[in-house]
Amino acid sequence: MEQASLPSPVANADSKTYWDAARERRLLIRRCNSCGQLHFMPRHLCPICWSDQLEWVDAAGGGSVHSFTIIRRASDQAFAPLVPYVVALIDLDEGPRMMANIVGSNALAVKIGDRVQVTFEDRGDSAMVPQFKRVAA
Amino acid sequence: MKTPASLKNKVAIVGVGESDIGKVPHMTGLGLNAQAAKRALDDSGLKISDIDGVLTAYSFTEPYFMLGSVLCEYLGVTPRFNASVICGGASPAVMLKHAAEAIVSGQAETILVCAGENRATGLTRDAALSALLAVGHPYFEQPYGGSIPGYYAMIAQRHMHVYGTRREQLAHVAVNTRAHALLHPNAHMKKALALQEVLDAKPIADPLGMLDCCLISDAGGAFIVTSAERARDLKAKPAYLQGIGEYHTHEHLMCAPSLTQFGATESGRTAYQMAGLGPQDIDVAELYDCFTIVPIIELEELGFCQPGEGGAFFAGGHARIGGQLPVNTHGGMLSHAHAGAAGGLFGIVEAVRQLRGGLGERQVQGAEVALVHNEGGILSSHCTLILANDKG
Repeated sequence: MEQASLPSPVANADSKTYWDAARERRLLIRRCNSCGQLHFMPRHLCPICWSDQLEWVDAAGGGSVHSFTIIRRASDQAFAPLVPYVVALIDLDEGPRMMANIVGSNALAVKIGDRVQVTFEDRGDSAMVPQFKRVAA
Repeated sequence: MKTPASLKNKVAIVGVGESDIGKVPHMTGLGLNAQAAKRALDDSGLKISDIDGVLTAYSFTEPYFMLGSVLCEYLGVTPRFNASVICGGASPAVMLKHAAEAIVSGQAETILVCAGENRATGLTRDAALSALLAVGHPYFEQPYGGSIPGYYAMIAQRHMHVYGTRREQLAHVAVNTRAHALLHPNAHMKKALALQEVLDAKPIADPLGMLDCCLISDAGGAFIVTSAERARDLKAKPAYLQGIGEYHTHEHLMCAPSLTQFGATESGRTAYQMAGLGPQDIDVAELYDCFTIVPIIELEELGFCQPGEGGAFFAGGHARIGGQLPVNTHGGMLSHAHAGAAGGLFGIVEAVRQLRGGLGERQVQGAEVALVHNEGGILSSHCTLILANDKG
């Protein structure tokens, strides 16, 4: 679904690869080649061992809802036409946690622990944002 | 980890002040700070020339570069110790810690700590909410349209899921604090609040409604810290610092190590250890309450009840003045005032006043030891402090 009126993702030197991959409908996370740990928010070094030997790996896209809220009043006016909508913390099956919206027709019925699968939302100009849909258990 | 060096009984808060609070359109944010500073100085009986250190925090409405220097310039003081401390809502307690460290190490003798802004009238409500969006991660949270209430709502939702905390219990926190605010002459909110009104309030981010969220006020607060030795012969009864500790785990919610345990456990442990006291020794607690879920979690982490029992503690009336542990006796940020870093600062002001005594109906009988907890961000930065009067 296209949501071109919503803010486009902004890439910086830490995250350019992540957002470039999203344009190809791929969800990337970071793996440390020194300690082997995975993490989400991309940065210059591993937040566990401080190694700068990091690589990008594809997440399979499955996860579960750690927590969520239904936004009834948006702080960002760009989102005001969408209320009510769901913002959630997703625990990826690989381990790292990320924030996203739960989208889809049954999104408002979301519960903690629900299984979800990544999907990509077009924010205009083919800039894609990873989002999640509920899947049957 | 090495235990932090003790700051016990080395410094005291000797003056406190609040600006006019609520909608104060005829004053700037700096003006509110200055008014609070003047009232704190008058309260202490000290002179302007006694102040050789100044600490302040940040301002969304008047975002000056070098706010610490800007405030000193506005006040006409030229201190040898000055900084702007930005730990969100945790800043006031953290500033007290920095002030204590500076005084103990001889860098300054008498430090003014000041914070606040004209958040109600200095910005439109929408502009204020937009400015607060910056608390979300610009690249990985903001693209999803979250909000500060939304982030705290996710914490509340998880607490309800894990512990069975109920919506009504959250609402009791707002009712509890409003009852206290009615006893405070300077509180922003002046009308009584019923449980049903909280439950029926406009929904913001499930499970939180409008009345589960802190106020947006014009307000400034200030306190003056000096050495325990100097404090003894001043005008007001000193509130001696017994213990203080901080702990920082994340800024953005997506990076929080847990949604049910935050840094208050560790900051509290440090403060209790330094003070040689435990939860059972605390007579009154002023806990950060930007949203109703927050003091519930703080009660649990600071050891006043078991994990998961914070909601029942409030619903059972145990946090009322006269109860087992009176919480937010001034009305907290939900009902007294919230304006940037001033919100948590008023908890410190109130703790000092409770320890001095004489607050009439608002007075916690026999208050000798008070605990204050400030947190900033999304339960990201924490600072716990314990104050006592000369009986505590």
